Amino acid sequence: MIALWIVLGIIVLLLFFFIAIYNGLVGLRNQVKNAWAQIDVQLKRRYDLIPNLVETVKGYAKHEREVFEQVTVARTAAQGAANAGPAARGQAEGGLSQALGRLFAVAEAYPELKANQNFLALQEELTSTENKISFSRQFYNDTVLRYNNQTQMFPSNIVAGMAGFKASEFFEVTVPEEKNPVKVSFT
Amino acid sequence: MWEQIRSNVTRSIFIIVLMGALLLAIGYFIGFYLIGSAVAGLVIALIIWIIMSLVGYFQGGSILLGVSGARKISKQDYPQLFDVIEEMKIASNLPAMPDIYIIDDQALNAFSTGRDPAHASVAITSGLLQKLNRDELQGVMGHEVGHIKNRDILLMSMASVLLGSIVILAWIATRSLFFAGASPGGGRGRRGSGDGGGGIQIILVLIGLVLTILAPIFAQLMYFALSRRREYLADASSALYTRYPEGLALALEKLEVSPAPVKKVNKATAPMYIVNPFRKNNQSREAASPFGTHPPTADRIRILRAMGGNSYVDYEKAYEQVHRGQGIVPKSALSTGQTAT
Repeated sequence: MIALWIVLGIIVLLLFFFIAIYNGLVGLRNQVKNAWAQIDVQLKRRYDLIPNLVETVKGYAKHEREVFEQVTVARTAAQGAANAGPAARGQAEGGLSQALGRLFAVAEAYPELKANQNFLALQEELTSTENKISFSRQFYNDTVLRYNNQTQMFPSNIVAGMAGFKASEFFEVTVPEEKNPVKVSFT
Repeated sequence: MWEQIRSNVTRSIFIIVLMGALLLAIGYFIGFYLIGSAVAGLVIALIIWIIMSLVGYFQGGSILLGVSGARKISKQDYPQLFDVIEEMKIASNLPAMPDIYIIDDQALNAFSTGRDPAHASVAITSGLLQKLNRDELQGVMGHEVGHIKNRDILLMSMASVLLGSIVILAWIATRSLFFAGASPGGGRGRRGSGDGGGGIQIILVLIGLVLTILAPIFAQLMYFALSRRREYLADASSALYTRYPEGLALALEKLEVSPAPVKKVNKATAPMYIVNPFRKNNQSREAASPFGTHPPTADRIRILRAMGGNSYVDYEKAYEQVHRGQGIVPKSALSTGQTAT
């Protein structure tokens, strides 16, 4: 009789452990999703800002057609990858970051453009959006790290395996040549 | 790194509990010797504490902002400031955007206040806003958002409420003791305390008296110790969020050389600022003193510059490196140092 109770007690205890770990994993997975949604908001904000920026720069630097095209193409490519996974998306966004970097480098050569209030406002807006992308990326990757650790470490990996929790991808903006995102400095 | 924040909070709560115990001890003493009932004294102290805590919890932020003459701004007024704070909000995953205030003052300083991360405010002087570039502003705002995220804002308002209560009670006690000694009714309390031996009683009275007189000083030292602990942690948070400790280091350098003290500030609000608003020019070069509301600014800059990475662990390593190099660290600084672990 006592043995039966002990066995029953162990089963209940295990069940509690299972529920606690499972709920923890669900919470973490939702945090990952939420963090990803935050990146998404900022990336979309960047797509929205670009046409305006290109128009403003065009007004002063008509001859830099190649750069404008690069930006537009990169923007379309990035938007096309909007529903892809974090890794694929990171590459498309990297291309866009690079093209934007060139655009701002070109703008440096036009003093009148640099004095334009509209341009300055757009530049601040875009710098901030770039920063927000990298800050939400930091947070997303930290969250993914915690989630992945939970899905891979003992004993939560048993629960993760049984309930089908898969490791998430990190989001890295990989620029073809350089690894840093565009850092627009205006001191 | 989360364990480190938690152990830091545990130590901070220990200080708060000590301050609470001090407050209740004064209440006990007042009750015992002046009213004739220790319990009544305890209850009075407790009531004062509760009322002031409630006011501090719900109104502390707006009182502090009102006293400093801060005015609320929106994104249109200062887009860059707003953006920088929003970026820090994202990096630290705050649940809501803090309210942003400007203090029209040429002094260089900033502080944050509020009751929890969802009800927080950040204030910056117009002087500091003009003086800093974007990276430096980001470092400063990372520090302030760090205070919000680490829940220092509530901790510090609760601690300042305790400090205020202790000062008030100690003031009442010393006043009434003075008058009680001069008037015929003075013996009332001592009669009520029972018929114990005279010698022990006098010693007890003396201990109580000394305690009451020294309590405000003790409480202030604890308050400042609490503040110093939280400053290091907020610096570490800033480095973690911005991933660029140099930004805050550069900003602190500018803050350090600025001679203008903040106009509308008093002793109770001083620990809320990013650097001590009362400081003299060379004061920040001194070693950490128990009377300082903040760690020496030069020390904070050196730690930020010695960081190998951007995490709390890197900050802790840098802290140890800087302080071992000096070799003349006072005990008080060592104990605050452990909080950064």
